[in-house]
Amino acid sequence: MSRTTSLPKRIKIHFMFFPAILSDSTTVLEFQFSCSIPAPLHSENDYFGVCSEPVIKDNVVVVYEVLEEMLDNGFPLATESNILKELIKPPTILRTVVNTITGSTNVGDQLPTGQLSVVPWRRTGVKYTNNEAYFDVIEEIDAIIDKSGSTITAEIQGVIDACVKLTGMPDLTLSFMNPRLLDDVSFHPCVRFKRWESERILSFIPPDGNFRLLSYHVSAQNLVAIPVYVKHNISFRDSSSLGRFEITVGPKQTMGKTIEGVTVTSQMPKGVLNMNLTPSQGTHTFDPVTKMLSWDVGKINPQKLPSLKGTMSLQAGASKPDENPTINLQFKIQQLAISGLKVNRLDMYGEKYKPFKGIKYMTKAGKFQVRT
Amino acid sequence: MSSNSFSYNEQSGGGEATELGQEATSTISPSGAFGLFSSDLKKNEDLKQMLESNKDSAKLDAMKRIVGMIAKGKNASELFPAVVKNVASKNIEIKKLVYVYLVRYAEEQQDLALLSISTFQRALKDPNQLIRASALRVLSSIRVPIIVPIMMLAIKEASADLSPYVRKNAAHAIQKLYSLDPEQKEMLIEVIEKLLKDKSTLVAGSVVMAFEEVCPDRIDLIHKNYRKLCNLLVDVEEWGQVVIIHMLTRYARTQFVSPWKEGDELEDNEKNFYESDDDQKEKTDKRKKLYTMDPDHRLLIRNTKPLLQSRNAAVVMAVAQLYWHISPKSEAGIISKSLVRLLRSNREVQYIVLQNIATMSIQRKGIFEPYLKSFYVRSTDPTMIKTLKLEILTNLANEANISTLLREFQTYVKSQDKQFAAATIQTIGRCATNILEVTDTCLNGLVCLLSNRDEIVVAESVVVIKKLLQMQPAQHGEIIKHMAKLLDSITVPVARASILWLIGENCERVPKIAPDVLRKMAKSFTSEDDLVKLQILNLGAKLYLTNSKQTKLLTQYILNLGKYDQNYDIRDRTRFIRQLIVPNEKSGALSKYAKKIFLAQKPAPLLESPFKDRDHFQLGTLSHTLNIKATGYLELSNWPEVAPDPSVRNVEVMELAKEWTPAGKAKQENSAKKFYSESEEEEDSSDSSSDSESESGSESGEQGESGEEGDSNEDSSEDSSSEQDSESGRESGLENKRTAKRNSKAKGKSDSEDGEKENEKSKTSDSSNAESSSIEDSSSDSESESESESESESRRVTKEKEKKTKQDRTPLTKDVSLLDLDDFNPVSTPVALPTPALSPSLMADLEGLNLSTSSSVISVSTPAFVPTKTHVLLHRMSGKGLAAHYFFPRQPCIFGDKMVSIQITLNNTTDRKIENIHIGEKKLPIGMKMHVFNPIDSLEPEGSITVSMGIDFCDSTQTASFQLCTKDDCFSVNIQPPVGELLLPVAMSEKDFKKEQGMLTGMNETSAVIIAAPQNFTPSVIFQKVVNVANVGAVPSGQDNIHRYEE
Repeated sequence: MSRTTSLPKRIKIHFMFFPAILSDSTTVLEFQFSCSIPAPLHSENDYFGVCSEPVIKDNVVVVYEVLEEMLDNGFPLATESNILKELIKPPTILRTVVNTITGSTNVGDQLPTGQLSVVPWRRTGVKYTNNEAYFDVIEEIDAIIDKSGSTITAEIQGVIDACVKLTGMPDLTLSFMNPRLLDDVSFHPCVRFKRWESERILSFIPPDGNFRLLSYHVSAQNLVAIPVYVKHNISFRDSSSLGRFEITVGPKQTMGKTIEGVTVTSQMPKGVLNMNLTPSQGTHTFDPVTKMLSWDVGKINPQKLPSLKGTMSLQAGASKPDENPTINLQFKIQQLAISGLKVNRLDMYGEKYKPFKGIKYMTKAGKFQVRT
Repeated sequence: MSSNSFSYNEQSGGGEATELGQEATSTISPSGAFGLFSSDLKKNEDLKQMLESNKDSAKLDAMKRIVGMIAKGKNASELFPAVVKNVASKNIEIKKLVYVYLVRYAEEQQDLALLSISTFQRALKDPNQLIRASALRVLSSIRVPIIVPIMMLAIKEASADLSPYVRKNAAHAIQKLYSLDPEQKEMLIEVIEKLLKDKSTLVAGSVVMAFEEVCPDRIDLIHKNYRKLCNLLVDVEEWGQVVIIHMLTRYARTQFVSPWKEGDELEDNEKNFYESDDDQKEKTDKRKKLYTMDPDHRLLIRNTKPLLQSRNAAVVMAVAQLYWHISPKSEAGIISKSLVRLLRSNREVQYIVLQNIATMSIQRKGIFEPYLKSFYVRSTDPTMIKTLKLEILTNLANEANISTLLREFQTYVKSQDKQFAAATIQTIGRCATNILEVTDTCLNGLVCLLSNRDEIVVAESVVVIKKLLQMQPAQHGEIIKHMAKLLDSITVPVARASILWLIGENCERVPKIAPDVLRKMAKSFTSEDDLVKLQILNLGAKLYLTNSKQTKLLTQYILNLGKYDQNYDIRDRTRFIRQLIVPNEKSGALSKYAKKIFLAQKPAPLLESPFKDRDHFQLGTLSHTLNIKATGYLELSNWPEVAPDPSVRNVEVMELAKEWTPAGKAKQENSAKKFYSESEEEEDSSDSSSDSESESGSESGEQGESGEEGDSNEDSSEDSSSEQDSESGRESGLENKRTAKRNSKAKGKSDSEDGEKENEKSKTSDSSNAESSSIEDSSSDSESESESESESESRRVTKEKEKKTKQDRTPLTKDVSLLDLDDFNPVSTPVALPTPALSPSLMADLEGLNLSTSSSVISVSTPAFVPTKTHVLLHRMSGKGLAAHYFFPRQPCIFGDKMVSIQITLNNTTDRKIENIHIGEKKLPIGMKMHVFNPIDSLEPEGSITVSMGIDFCDSTQTASFQLCTKDDCFSVNIQPPVGELLLPVAMSEKDFKKEQGMLTGMNETSAVIIAAPQNFTPSVIFQKVVNVANVGAVPSGQDNIHRYEE
């Protein structure tokens, strides 16, 4: 029986409810923790590339070892992946080979220096030949567009993800051209809150590797530019068993950038049996079981707008659905932060070398819905 | 191809089957689950051999396989003896895996587990802290009652370990031992008490966790550590923060008085009782001022504020509940933004956060109103989230936003998720009852929904309409008729029952339809649901009473049917109704009143939020989520009527005195005193000082304070302004006389001190005048004299001292700035002198230990009192609609240590935007500096914004003139500081104060006599008066009648 239970599920069950059962405790803590478990396990150059069931089954020992370090008696012990990586070294092919030859182990025998220092997120003695710091400003638009195309609610949620590979103990400052855009922010613990309060500058000693420096929110009060529009004509007729379906996607307020990676998904009403559609570009699928229509559009060419037209066959005799389906949209715009946020400069103190710096902007659709 | 295989099948069906069987076994055997029993045994045998081999790699391999077996849920307990032998392995990975195994199986094999104990005892003495820590961790996880004494000993030793990491593990072990053997409670509390004193951020979270588990009622253990915990909080790791914040919330609720009943009601009451006489008014003001927030209470609120920006949802939620439960109502608003941010995280967290918001939004809809649209439902949300969002939208609905909301609800009603659509209809019903303006609109909308195709929607609408109609019984005949028609089509029992009830209730309004309905129902009675049957009986009874001519036979028929129903409820009801309405010889007096009984006015049902009764649980707890008291839930007590003695939290001041002795001596003293002899660590922490505390406090404090300020402004401004005038007049007079003197000194303070004393005097005499008492008590004379004297001196003393220390510090800071990454003590200088005796690992231990407890040389203390009066910077008439007020928040200025921080509140009283507000030309006297605020892009009509700026007044009361400019206009304004605002309070002991006082007699000394009315002559009144005009702090004094103040 235990074989059928997949391990990830058991981890989740164990961690979410075990402390809760023992006594009353803060619920958010459990959920937050259970969500933080996979984080060190699957994020890129941490333990495993992806956190899937077979991977966990293969590495069950490592998972055990890591969990052992993360939790003691139901209370989180160390969740910082930098520290965990020093305690339990991630399995790599090279290390496995070395270990079998030399007999050394994956388990560190010294307490990570970071654990005790005032910068627990960074380990000491980091060395790189190429010193580089990359920052990705990624913004997501959450929006609800109503039938007529007007915006009901729209807000921008942004994050700055960093990949910092710098030698030693660098102290970075990052400043924005227009920090006042940021309505609400939450920081990685490394960011000095006081500097931000007084000068609106992000000052921090970065963790080593990938981390999320900042997530922010641009308030709904500011007008959010909506970069795409969807023209739709979806109609069910009461009498006939055929419905018309037609959608066109077009660019709007894109600041001269192209919109890529457009995908349209829609949950069709139960009454729809099948769809007979022709896209002007891209590919589409309709799953008659889940009633999920998805259309992989790709790039939008403003000269020739992509469209998807055709008919729906409806269950004979059934009355027409009350509501037209909601259209969910995914897209990406490179080189653009839709809120207009711009990084002014990045400076490094505390180390002598010249790092290579790079900043990338991207806008994505978050929860972008069009009601029809 | 297919035909081929078919033929093959036909030829040798049996062969195929065996092949399949083989395949099945071969796929399964690697994982070993369905392998033969014997092979399993054999496998364990070879595991045993591997464990007994000499090669580490073989052992490791075996251990990995064993752990793999445990993970798959297989019993590996028979390997226990073989595994336990390896507990002493040198290889750390083997050791770790053995630990994993031991924790899993030790409880089952207690005797064998004892074999490993001596290894742990040895490991507890290992020089490597990681090994010590993990040995303790495993030892305490082994649930074998015999070893309780050993565990106790180990915990005691570990709690005094040099490594904070080991001490952290000791704190964890406390909880485990307690759950194994609650008898040990007293001893464990001792350890907790010791660990609570620990200054490491690493330990703090874990020990508070242990405290919460073992002895949450021993709140007295927290007193001495309260301030330390508040100050450490930002540096503690995230999980620890959550626990500490929850504990401190409980603590605050027992130790401080409620900040909630502010001003308004109190004042109203007073005014009702007395005429608003001047004297009375003064009294009222005094009463109001009586509630000043305990500085410790403020400290907690202030220090938790930055944590709202945490990336960890649990921390944000913890701070939010802290603000909700203990901060003044006016300040709780800041949590909404952060909570709304959490809605972006995964749906489990979203669910909890939405639940908490739902509870909050019932009580205080205001704070979430700006975020209304964040709660709009998306079609992709799971149903649990959708219903919670609906709940919140309902709570937030008011006259202003209801029309937008109803439009939004219209979309929801059409949702494919029918459960959600039904919930929306209920929501509409609730909005209709709560907001009278839209009741009719909602009713009409709901009636339209009655023709909806979906039955669930119609049924829900019927139920809601029934409730609405019950509230407004008048003229809804049409709707009732419409609903009566629905009876033919609708099948959902609740809806049918609702319609029947409605018709019965209004049977006199629809006299033609009601009997007909009854007729139809009589026909279908037997096939109806029980719920409907009961309502048919009710309808029959009501009609019998009002219209017996038409319905007598029908009702009797129904009653007969009911008499033989299968359900006893219905039989009972039938019997009851029959006795009541059908007159016979046995029926008593009651039947006379049957009509009154059946057709009485029924009170309308209250449509209430399901979250209404949750507010008695602490937010963010499991109990709140489940709405059931969970085991281990710690009740949040009500505010005490009278605050318990706040001095129990005083620890700093006494320690401070010790730290002020020369360094060498202090070190000796410390190391002798502490129970663990980490003199270096002590040094570190002693230097990182309490000025870091107050600094970290000040940044967040400003805004918090200003909120409080705003509340009481209006009330106190009247009398304070007059006072202000007289003061400033006098001061300027003095100013002129002393200009020469001042110029000769670089940083002379005497003038301000004189002024200060002058203030003191004038105010005391003012008040005595006001009370119209002309008695000049000789004793009061002398008292007030001494008071003002000592005060002025102390200020001088500390100022000089401060200067000295500042000079000392500045060069040092540079050296360590690269290492000292702690945000919150930028000026602290950990002068850890590496002693040769220290091992490198110990040094590493010490790195993290510079904690901000209180031990600096001069610590700027938090202001004892923040005056509530604001000064007009720019009147709205002269500023063309732009009004500006300023006040002194009495916080150390963030822009420079010589600057006085000033908060300016800008109000836009016009009906259009004011754009680009900034500081224009500055006309400052020589030497004066000013840090301006960032230009404000635009200020909305009726909007106000608070900015802070810093001005270095050069310790004089000269006026700073500058221009406040908008896009179109420039207005000249000026700020002249009252002398008291140029001072900075510091904390020092009485002894130090006297010493410094002795050093500074002579040139700067001034003394004067203050005549005070006897009624003003109580310590608290004097204290209040002094702190009102000057930013000073009180020195704890042994003698009652001498007041000393520090600047």
